[in-house]
Amino acid sequence: MHSTISVRNLSKIYDGGFQALKNINLEIQRGEIFALLGPNGAGKTTLISIVCGLVNPGEGQVLADGHDIITDFRAARAKIGLVPQELTTDSFETVWNTIGFSRGLFGKPANPAHLEAVLRELSLWDKRNTRIMKLSGGMKRRVMIAKALAHEPQILFLDEPTAGVDVELRRDMWEMVRRLRASGVTIILTTHYIEEAEEMADRIGVIHKGEIVVVEDKSALMKKLGKKQLTLQLQSPMTTIPPELADYPLELSADGNQLVYTFDTQGDRTGIAGLLRRLSDHGIDFKDLNTSESSLEEIFVNLVRSRT
Amino acid sequence: MNLYGIRAIYLYEMHRAWRTLMQSLATPVISTSLYFVVFGAAIGSRMAQVEGVSYGAFIIPGLVMLALLTESVSNASFGIYMPRYNGTIYEVLSAPVSFVEILIGYVGAAASKSIVLGFVILLTARLFVDYEIQHPVWMVGFLVLTALTFSLFGFVIGIWADTWEKLQVVPILVVTPLAFLGGSFYSISILPPLWQKITLFNPVVYLISGFRWSFYGISDVSPMISLGMTLVFMLMCLAAISWIFRTGYRLKS
Repeated sequence: MHSTISVRNLSKIYDGGFQALKNINLEIQRGEIFALLGPNGAGKTTLISIVCGLVNPGEGQVLADGHDIITDFRAARAKIGLVPQELTTDSFETVWNTIGFSRGLFGKPANPAHLEAVLRELSLWDKRNTRIMKLSGGMKRRVMIAKALAHEPQILFLDEPTAGVDVELRRDMWEMVRRLRASGVTIILTTHYIEEAEEMADRIGVIHKGEIVVVEDKSALMKKLGKKQLTLQLQSPMTTIPPELADYPLELSADGNQLVYTFDTQGDRTGIAGLLRRLSDHGIDFKDLNTSESSLEEIFVNLVRSRT
Repeated sequence: MNLYGIRAIYLYEMHRAWRTLMQSLATPVISTSLYFVVFGAAIGSRMAQVEGVSYGAFIIPGLVMLALLTESVSNASFGIYMPRYNGTIYEVLSAPVSFVEILIGYVGAAASKSIVLGFVILLTARLFVDYEIQHPVWMVGFLVLTALTFSLFGFVIGIWADTWEKLQVVPILVVTPLAFLGGSFYSISILPPLWQKITLFNPVVYLISGFRWSFYGISDVSPMISLGMTLVFMLMCLAAISWIFRTGYRLKS
């Protein structure tokens, strides 16, 4: 698959000496939804800002659809739409004027039909003549997206797109992002809601302290770094794990009622059958059992923690 | 060149002026009219002619320049400061527009508004005093050049300012005093010799002098020197803007 964003050996040191990015290499494929995760200050926004032209790059090179963002900035930027994290709009303008401005700014001739389609898609058509200051926070967020889509970008950056929006609007936005992807737009999103990445992303990149920690297909990442746990509700509480079970990686809950067995999802054998036989042999009864899988959030936290 | 981009910035800025018509046009016209009433009609009727021109007519070029300077600086500085302040500058910086195109859009709109204002004030002056324009082409030339130069200067201030106070301080504490002391209401030839020499360090003297020459054929300094000094000031502003764009000062980290 053809890379639509190529980041090569990119580093960035701000004037104060803070190194925000350290030799970043990243390829984002055309038509995918790529989620960039990282704790606050990890370098997510710096990376996006460099690609979009808001921050001067340090060393390295960034290509957008094959165009260098510095030497061929017109062609590169024309492909990109950006929805920033902050609700930054001209409060006194109407919705229609502000998206018309965005389209013109990106070098596109007026196209009322396209703007109408964008506004209808975002349920903003009825608000087209309303001043932005009179819109709710959720509506303003939609306006930001409409502005980014006004020039028909092929690559869309969404920086924390659903921060502070209600559940219903978040679901609407997820649907819209899926429709955009279906129409061929590449989506790169940063988010604090790992549930969002889990729900939507095809691939996930984790950035921490200016370095890319991992880039994987979402399902492969969850398979590779995730773990499964078997939880047994004991018939009678235990005070310690019996020595006969010492060769199993078991944990006892604080109240002694649960025995938790962690096993490798990639292993040929899970060891569950053997454990259950061993428990039976030693007269340890249980009244219930269940298995659970690591969430992306747990994987993310573990990855970041292991790097700290 | 991204002509659609330039057009978008230009029209957006012009639309903002239209939205705030009272502030953009009515306020300077009313305040300038008050100058005409007080200095032109009331006091001016009791004053002698200046080099053969009635005092009311003499001050017209100075008053137009006064409005032109302050409004050019104000329009251009506010035009670029506002998106920096509310964060919408991100869109301009991420768009496929070069810095030159950004400059043409913002400064072009600021200068256009000032030029329209200058002509409106000239028309308003007709209500109070008679005047002639001996060199109309030069008059328009000086008007456009001054509007452009001080819009460039305003653009620099709008980039430099990081508070509303700083945005106001240069127009109020620098531009307006320079305009008042630059011969808006008098010929510098009436000043003592030492002050005449000191006054020549005031760039506004050259603008007003050249502009007044285009009306009545009288000037404190040669019109060519006026033109040259205006161009020098414009080049200084362009050099400052070139440095801003090259370094990303206050625009990009």
